[in-house]
Amino acid sequence: MTSSSTVHDVIVIGSGPAGYTAAIYAARAQLRPLVFEGSQFGGALMTTTEVENYPGFRDGITGPELMDEMREQAMRFGADLRMEDVDAVSLSGPVKSVTVGNETYQARAVILAMGAAARHLGVPGEAALIGMGVSTCATCDGFFFRDQDIAVVGGGDSAMEEATFLTRFARSVTLIHRRDEFRASRIMLDRARANDKIRFLTNTHVTAVEGDPKVSAVRLRNTVTGEESRLAVTGVFVAIGHDPRSELVRDQIDLDPEGYVLVKGRTTSTSVEGVFAAGDLVDHTYRQAITAAGTGCSASIDAERWLAETASATTDDSTDLIGAPL
Amino acid sequence: MTEKTSATVAVTDDSFSDDVLSSSVPVLVDFWATWCGPCKMVAPVLEEIANEKVGALTVAKIDVDANPATARDFQVVSIPTMILFKDGAPVKRIVGAKGKAALLRELADVV
Repeated sequence: MTSSSTVHDVIVIGSGPAGYTAAIYAARAQLRPLVFEGSQFGGALMTTTEVENYPGFRDGITGPELMDEMREQAMRFGADLRMEDVDAVSLSGPVKSVTVGNETYQARAVILAMGAAARHLGVPGEAALIGMGVSTCATCDGFFFRDQDIAVVGGGDSAMEEATFLTRFARSVTLIHRRDEFRASRIMLDRARANDKIRFLTNTHVTAVEGDPKVSAVRLRNTVTGEESRLAVTGVFVAIGHDPRSELVRDQIDLDPEGYVLVKGRTTSTSVEGVFAAGDLVDHTYRQAITAAGTGCSASIDAERWLAETASATTDDSTDLIGAPL
Repeated sequence: MTEKTSATVAVTDDSFSDDVLSSSVPVLVDFWATWCGPCKMVAPVLEEIANEKVGALTVAKIDVDANPATARDFQVVSIPTMILFKDGAPVKRIVGAKGKAALLRELADVV
């Protein structure tokens, strides 16, 4: 185990819109942030198609392109970006530590922006068929389902977006949703409903995914009548939401019952001094690229102010002071 | 060959047999496409692995858009998919973007 004696001002963990925005602000504030992007850098937007609602891009921009722009912008101001996964953190006390493999890094402030991970159905057959017809990335995998019958599971914006996108390739898309109301926004739902390649199957649970070696069908149960059925499809795209990626800090800071990091009031301060949180890790309500970027900005400003306050407080008992106190 | 060449080898449907199946060293083939975000995440990791394992492992990349036949032959329906070939046969299949440590762990038995 090696440990550097350098104590950074701030370490950012995560690399979606929240992490990169925090990095941009911290870098411009001369805090020289060290950013652990993780091996899956770019966050949830890396698997989306067109982002049509990010202000400033009136013709839309793809998720990966938007993230690339943010990443380059953070680098331009000198953020130290590392494509590495954090293994452990120790957040208590005035100097926090972050462990990556055999290295431990130290910082006075930490910004948590690990985002959320795509939820799985958790039904028989699903895990074994990932990459063999079960997918969580329509933009990546739609291409392989040209002229085939496929299913999308979910009722939110991502499900609508994926279903609509997949009609470019597939012969038919069946959208399976467990309720008959949708969380999706009106524009996304209307667009999917207007597409004659998309068929809606509501009040329906997926109970299993079948196929060997590739997906051949899903087993379904109607939540009202209890009737069971089987739908022949070669692809199943799962878009049933996300869970916050808070395992890394679970025992060290306060989380809500669903695992989201709790922050104080309208700030990004967590239950631990010097630790701030932003983006989908915190937000169950909005979960947009722009709100994640917004809270990433807030976290950086909160961290900057906290560092300035605590620095002036500790300077008083510093023995390194040159010259007489004023 | 220019000096600033990539450590990975681009292969095609036509060159697959020569470059991968007939190779005397194991070949890790990355099935990717320009539209795939997670493929972009894994690309720099594969470059690093290719650099570190010169002589012991070849890292090849095949663009599935331009070369659909090979993807079809090996039943690739999700990208990134990485398949490790040894002595002309697929011996390991890795689906989805992974970090360097995780990838090296997957390859440990062979490389």
